[in-house]
Amino acid sequence: MRDLIIETRGLNYYFGNQKVVDDLSLKVEKGSIYGFLGPNGAGKTTSIKILLNLLKSPADTVFLFGKEINSNRIASLKRLGALVEQPAIYAHLSGAENLYNRCMLLGISRTKAKEMLRLVGLEDAANKKAGKYSLGMKQRLGIALALLSDPELLLLDEPTNGLDPNGIIEIRNLMIELATKHQKTILVSSHLLAEIERIATHVGIINRGKLLFQGTIKELHDLSKPMIELELNDIAKGQEFLKSNGYQILDSTEKKIILPFISTEECGKLNTLLIQHDFTVYSIYQVRKDLEHLFLDITKNN
Amino acid sequence: MRSLLLSLQSEFYKSRKTLAFWAAIVLPLVICGLIAFGFLSNADKVIKMHYPPQVLWMTFSGGALGVMGMLILPFYVIFMAFSVNNIEHKNDTWKTLFAQPLNKFSIYAAKYLYAVILIFICLSLFALFTILSGYLLQALNSGFTFSGYSPVALLSKIYFKMFLSSLGILSLQFIISLIWSDFLKPMGIGFVGIIAGIIAATKGWEYAYVIPYSHPTLALSMSKSKNVDQLFSQEIYSGLIYAVILFIAGYFIVARKSIK
Repeated sequence: MRDLIIETRGLNYYFGNQKVVDDLSLKVEKGSIYGFLGPNGAGKTTSIKILLNLLKSPADTVFLFGKEINSNRIASLKRLGALVEQPAIYAHLSGAENLYNRCMLLGISRTKAKEMLRLVGLEDAANKKAGKYSLGMKQRLGIALALLSDPELLLLDEPTNGLDPNGIIEIRNLMIELATKHQKTILVSSHLLAEIERIATHVGIINRGKLLFQGTIKELHDLSKPMIELELNDIAKGQEFLKSNGYQILDSTEKKIILPFISTEECGKLNTLLIQHDFTVYSIYQVRKDLEHLFLDITKNN
Repeated sequence: MRSLLLSLQSEFYKSRKTLAFWAAIVLPLVICGLIAFGFLSNADKVIKMHYPPQVLWMTFSGGALGVMGMLILPFYVIFMAFSVNNIEHKNDTWKTLFAQPLNKFSIYAAKYLYAVILIFICLSLFALFTILSGYLLQALNSGFTFSGYSPVALLSKIYFKMFLSSLGILSLQFIISLIWSDFLKPMGIGFVGIIAGIIAATKGWEYAYVIPYSHPTLALSMSKSKNVDQLFSQEIYSGLIYAVILFIAGYFIVARKSIK
């Protein structure tokens, strides 16, 4: 097993009597982009707040960089950067001043702030009041603030929330660059699976405080079995014919018949068989249940 | 200690463009300027009174001290306590602040200390501008007798007492502003408090010293009744006790607040 940057061991957390985090055992490996997925109110933000020690976890349940968080709060926080909910920005200060202020608190040089402005593409707006920034610019400033101390670990809570497609792509590319070029470990939460699918190496799916799935993105894909979608001139007759030839039919609509995928040779054979029996095959292709459906299935069952 | 200094430095940086910070400088400048202008334009009348130098200084500084103690100081404290906390409420930055690799207590203490420093700056400037404008008047009109007495020791003492007497209000308002993010609650409570404080202090209620809002008025009336030698009077002790208790209570409030 590789180094675990984040590890929680059977973590439970209550708001009053309500259990918001239930036996959570996160394992985030070094250098991974860990997609933390779940519907709104699943406990993602609460978990992130626990990782930041804003909410106090029970002793010996949360470990950052291999050390217990409550007894190593300051040392752990020094090595991470975070963006929780909306970016926390002082509206009356400019973008650059927001960064300078954070430099002051962290005791680092101001040149780092300029570097970050360049990285997130806010150089031109550096002296504009942050309150006048667009949502996308605020989000980028938030990320710049999180990156300021050059942390090994980034905790990003829905960083693409409210951004336009361009903004989403920019942030996505930035995250990939940070993980691949700068060897950062990133935990990014989202309720959009499609978003996570594009960047994450690992996925954790949480619903009602419970972790329902944890593994690599490939393991998640493997959960969904591939299928064949078949378009024919006569669906009803085709279905009868395939059944009588021993094929298993998973589903059929007015236009399509859905069969389990076995191999590409098997697809060829199926095609030949249909043509030989005077069917016109419009299309035949392999599909995978997309993660969106898989996600819904996983969260629905619990 | 390093955390405290870094946080304090950051507080200055954050608020240097806010009204609360500038008011600490502008308020004494404007008020002392107005009083000096009033004295200058009525110079003939004032000179005719033939005040001895010390009485002239007292009349002159009393103009600023009177309105100061009763109204301006308490209102400034209320507004400033609100502003220092509101900067975090408004931008929803409490949680980010507490997620920094800094000691939690120092972050809070720096905020409180910053408010105390602002009051100190404001009152020091009041004393300084009063003294400077007195000598300026003397230079402009040689008929005045300001040069016959040095008010530095006396005014320093009175303003320092005012500073101490404001700590009770500050601590109370600081907590109120910490708990509630809106403007009306601290302002409303503060306003009622000030009125009650003035009434209690001026009507000579025996236990007026238990109301923090009456401390500046009490401190001032003591200084008038030749009790000025006594720096640590009853209301000052009461104010300091309020300050210590509420400062500690505030930490527990803020430590819990940051999580939401």
